[in-house]
Amino acid sequence: MAINKHEMPDSETPRLDELEKGPWPSFVTEMREAAGKKPAARDLMRQLEKSYGEKVGHWKHGGIVGVKGYGGGVIGRYSDSPEEFPGVREFHTLRVNQPSGWFYTSKALRQLCDVWDKHGSGLTNFHGSTGDVILLGAPTGNLQACFDDLSDIGFDLGGSGGDLRTPSACVGPARCEFANFDTLDACQKVTMAFQDELHRPQWPYKFKVKISGCPNDCVAAQARADFSLIGTWRDTLRIDQEAVKAYAAQGMDIRGEVCDHCPTRALSWDDAQKQLNLVAEDCVRCMHCINKMPRAIRPGVQKGATVLIGGKATILRSAFLSWVLVPFIKVEPPYTELLDLLRRITDWWADNAKSRERIGELIYRVGMRTFLDGVGLPAVPQMVKEPRANPYIFWRSEEVK
Amino acid sequence: MSEINLAGVAVQIDEDGFIQDTGKWNEAVAKALAETEGITGLSEDHWKIINYLRKYYLEFGIAPMIRKLCKETGYDLKTIYELFPSGPAKGACKIAGLPKPTGCV
Repeated sequence: MAINKHEMPDSETPRLDELEKGPWPSFVTEMREAAGKKPAARDLMRQLEKSYGEKVGHWKHGGIVGVKGYGGGVIGRYSDSPEEFPGVREFHTLRVNQPSGWFYTSKALRQLCDVWDKHGSGLTNFHGSTGDVILLGAPTGNLQACFDDLSDIGFDLGGSGGDLRTPSACVGPARCEFANFDTLDACQKVTMAFQDELHRPQWPYKFKVKISGCPNDCVAAQARADFSLIGTWRDTLRIDQEAVKAYAAQGMDIRGEVCDHCPTRALSWDDAQKQLNLVAEDCVRCMHCINKMPRAIRPGVQKGATVLIGGKATILRSAFLSWVLVPFIKVEPPYTELLDLLRRITDWWADNAKSRERIGELIYRVGMRTFLDGVGLPAVPQMVKEPRANPYIFWRSEEVK
Repeated sequence: MSEINLAGVAVQIDEDGFIQDTGKWNEAVAKALAETEGITGLSEDHWKIINYLRKYYLEFGIAPMIRKLCKETGYDLKTIYELFPSGPAKGACKIAGLPKPTGCV
């Protein structure tokens, strides 16, 4: 998008203009359009240009702003150079709880943007990595009115700070045949059951719940969520041998593309019979074969989910991937078992964690046995985190006969 | 950073309205801060929470965790939000004259 005006020497933002070159979409182009309507968007660009030049950010950290009755959902942002950039003197972010699976009517989107044009900079981010709709940049005085208008069109704020962050789920059965349970409904029910924890921070730090319908894990729950729910099946893969033959007939190298990539070699290819053989107990449900041959291989019929615990980015300790807590759980309304488990886990964590300690870090500090005692779960072999991890559980003395 | 007059005392406040010099706090300042939060008239319940926060801060130098505040004052979080509509951090801590609690995004 090499528009001439950007090459003019009097551009206010020569560094940002570079990001508009090339065939790709550019956030600068979007911001420039908004800058035509809103001084805040123009000052945002000018401040960012300055930051690029100096390699220093110009946002202050640590503002506390909000709306009545809620402790979370709005993140305070102030420019550290308000005289130079008055439009971003107060430029707070609102997180708006997204609908499960990110489905909107076009009417809802228009209403959302109308509210935001009225109260804020008009700049949005669909969606932030939290999953929420991110509304970027409103002054303090507009926050309450913006929230009231959002409520009137049926939207609510999401989480921020030491609270339950907005739960998010993959698109699930709405568009994907791999889903092993209704991720959209489960996400909505968790959100509604934990409204108080979502809106009113009362925990040592953030807590994230993310829900994926199958081990492809499209919301990256395992890497990001403290509590991950990932769809799985208890029985075995269902293989349609006729469909396998059809893939082979189309020239697919089934041994090379499927069997050789099976991490446990549970699958083998009988070239003479044109048959795919499975050692069911060796399958670790990695999804590779299903992804390669969706017409021929499906998950089993006893569907549910695996609960994993402890994922997080680096804070007190390094980044953790989640590990298995409950190998298989049924995920069906009214989700009593799931919600009870989540409540026990967050209660134990809130009672025992230090400030800013995620649950994975707390378990690391006090040990898995203490955690399992605290939440009332038995130790099972699937909890062993990774190959060569210490698989031993020390029994408590009263348990030893 | 700006200076305002609270109950006859000139105090520096930050963008979020937290007073910068916690030594300038007194009960009259608390009442004036409460008005900036839209709270007119501090009840006995309000004072119980404010005094707890104040005492904890003077002893430990930080604000207590919210769960501890609830446990030790006997008020559940819902009641605290009814008393201080903008919540324990932005509302109650501000009125108690504590430095701004460090939040996280």
